[in-house]
Amino acid sequence: MPEITLVDAVNMGLMHEMAADPDVVVLGEDIGLNGGVFRATDGLQKKFGHQRVLDTPLAESLIAGMSIGMAAEGLKPVAEIQFLGFVYSAIDQIINHAARLRNRTRGRLSCPMVLRVPFGGGIHAPEHHSESTEAIFAHIPGIRVVIPSSPLRAYGLLLSAIRDPDPVIFLEPKRIYRLVKQRVEDDGEALPLDVCFVLREGSDVTLVSWGAMIHETMMAAEQLQQAGVSAEVIDVATIKPLDINTILESVDKTGRCVIIHEAPRTCGVAAEIAAQLAEKGLLSLFAPIERVTGYDTIMPLFNLEQQYMPDVNSIMAAAKRTLEDT
Amino acid sequence: MNQTNKSPLQQTAPPLYQVNKPYVTASFEIKYHQIIDADGAVVGPIPDFARQPEQLIKLYQAMYLTRQFDHKAILLQRRGQLGTYASSLGQEAIGTAIGYTMQADDVLLPAYREYAAQFLRGVSMTEILLYWGGNEQGMNFQAQKHDFPINVPIASQTSHAVGVAYAMQLRQQARVAVCVLGDGATSKGDFYEAINAAGNWKLPVVFVINNNHWAISLPRQKQSHAKTLAQKAIAAGISGEQVDGNDVIAMQFRLDKALNKARNGHGPSVIEALSYRLGDHTTADDATRYRSKDELEQNWKYEPLSRLHHYLTNMGYWSKHHDQQLEKNTQHLVESAVQEYLNTPAQAPESMFDYLYQSLPESLQEQRQSVIQRHQGHA
Ligand SMILES: Cc1ncc(C[n+]2csc(CCOP(=O)(O)OP(=O)(O)O)c2C)c(N)n1
Ligand SMILES: [Mg+2]
Repeated sequence: MPEITLVDAVNMGLMHEMAADPDVVVLGEDIGLNGGVFRATDGLQKKFGHQRVLDTPLAESLIAGMSIGMAAEGLKPVAEIQFLGFVYSAIDQIINHAARLRNRTRGRLSCPMVLRVPFGGGIHAPEHHSESTEAIFAHIPGIRVVIPSSPLRAYGLLLSAIRDPDPVIFLEPKRIYRLVKQRVEDDGEALPLDVCFVLREGSDVTLVSWGAMIHETMMAAEQLQQAGVSAEVIDVATIKPLDINTILESVDKTGRCVIIHEAPRTCGVAAEIAAQLAEKGLLSLFAPIERVTGYDTIMPLFNLEQQYMPDVNSIMAAAKRTLEDT
Repeated sequence: MNQTNKSPLQQTAPPLYQVNKPYVTASFEIKYHQIIDADGAVVGPIPDFARQPEQLIKLYQAMYLTRQFDHKAILLQRRGQLGTYASSLGQEAIGTAIGYTMQADDVLLPAYREYAAQFLRGVSMTEILLYWGGNEQGMNFQAQKHDFPINVPIASQTSHAVGVAYAMQLRQQARVAVCVLGDGATSKGDFYEAINAAGNWKLPVVFVINNNHWAISLPRQKQSHAKTLAQKAIAAGISGEQVDGNDVIAMQFRLDKALNKARNGHGPSVIEALSYRLGDHTTADDATRYRSKDELEQNWKYEPLSRLHHYLTNMGYWSKHHDQQLEKNTQHLVESAVQEYLNTPAQAPESMFDYLYQSLPESLQEQRQSVIQRHQGHA
């Protein structure tokens, strides 16, 4: 079994589910012959035809809206929006319809759709191409927000997102699309949604993150180890709904927590995690919760991209602060 | 994809050096259809279905029921027994023709003034009252499983119709999606995105514009400088036409053509139904702030019920006796729907959690419990 990248794993998951379920359709801009701007849908149209793999006109609100119509009729649309910075004109459809079709109709209609969106900075992309605004979606009742951080989890979580009976925003960390390779078996085994994954066990401090930042977080844990600090690493994976129990259990053990995300700080998902820790796990904390995040600024153009993004050093520093007085 | 080896430029125009004056590369015309005028006089060819009195009477009854329902709903709202309500006064022919023409397994994607269509498709009056009475069960149609519920975010239903029609086409079903929107809605990008995409794929979808000449306080002529709204279809490469939306016979006839065309794989259409909003925008609106009494009075002349009534009477299909009978029957139907609505208990508080997802995520159980506890004893 060859090792594959995260974007290959997305492709493999799409291939698998399209073959397994004739109701799955894939749509978006340039996703057909061109295979998507990141090649996530490469080869799908050739294999499954232009009716099940459809190039849409350039219209994001339409892409989301027609996916809702398809889903209500029993198809399982997997739509791609090219970059998170362009999802905003589809937000009306996501919030006003996808998220609430089941609720509005008391279950008469439902919306089993997946909206795949590459997101995040770090690839020297043009303006509007490097956003990390996942918290916007995490605020919305009725949807799931799922973010893989490795080829294995991209494959397994994408399968479960497609099979899920409710709408899923599937955010793909494009900085690590091709950064690491893993062996991923094309066995159709899905991974569970709505749960965090403990990637590394430790006893001194809990590092919580998701998406591309898992990469830096794991490196920080490694370096902390060398400095004699045992860090537990949690990949949240489904940021909505949030599995706070796994995080609470970990913090109960370590007494310290650092939450890392690329997104701006204010009302980022770290704020929600910290609030829930304060509500339910305050007494197990030995030190204040630390957040390592992007700044509350516009995502800079790529000259300053590295200065914006949290890095291994800032994660290490935050972890050490939690250990300082305790 | 190109059928010829010519460059795209050459396909639409001769080589540039041959052009010594501009010439027409595209042109269009928009037709207006009417069969029965405001006085009930026949001005167009009577279609076959309209030669059968019982069919016309069915249309009249549906319009009449809708009008009585509307009237009742407004009364309920005034009495504090219903929330804000959007009436379809004056536009009953549009919904009636839609409901009458569609087949059972087609899909209706309405805005919020298509009660006539919904009733004909099995949505109950009680359900519509429940909806405006603040109860989501009003969208859980018991006898209509596929239709979309009322759509409030203007024009957003148009792209759902594209997806519904795409699913029908993919599965090679002989079904059609019918999407209704207002004149105001035609200014939204969603509408352009939807008709453009529908044209691309030749989808089985019909967009019906209820041009009631107002979008709350904005009159039609300030909504767009386009002479007709139907012509917007031309830009999307699909057919568009205007129909007298208060002439239920013309509406049925043109809709039937459009639906057949869609059903037979010949693609989408836009029908601009010309009508007039005789009521306030909703019960929360006061149209006297922006609309003259004169204009309103003028437009009462064109309303759809009296003209069909004239026609039916002229043809000897209808008499005073029928009027009395219909009034009695309708009153009974509306009253029993109102009673059923008023007797429907509010949903349990925890119902706000129970349809969020197919099964409630673990993390929401605590909130669900807390709403139950908070309201224990209140019932
Ligand atoms: C996207 C959006 N913007 C504004 C509103 C508030 N609003 C409700 S109805 C309406 C006017 C709609 O006019 P039109 O499309 O002509 O439909 P009509 O009410 O006349 O049937 C407005 C502005 C809304 N519901 N949705
Ligand atoms: Mg209007």
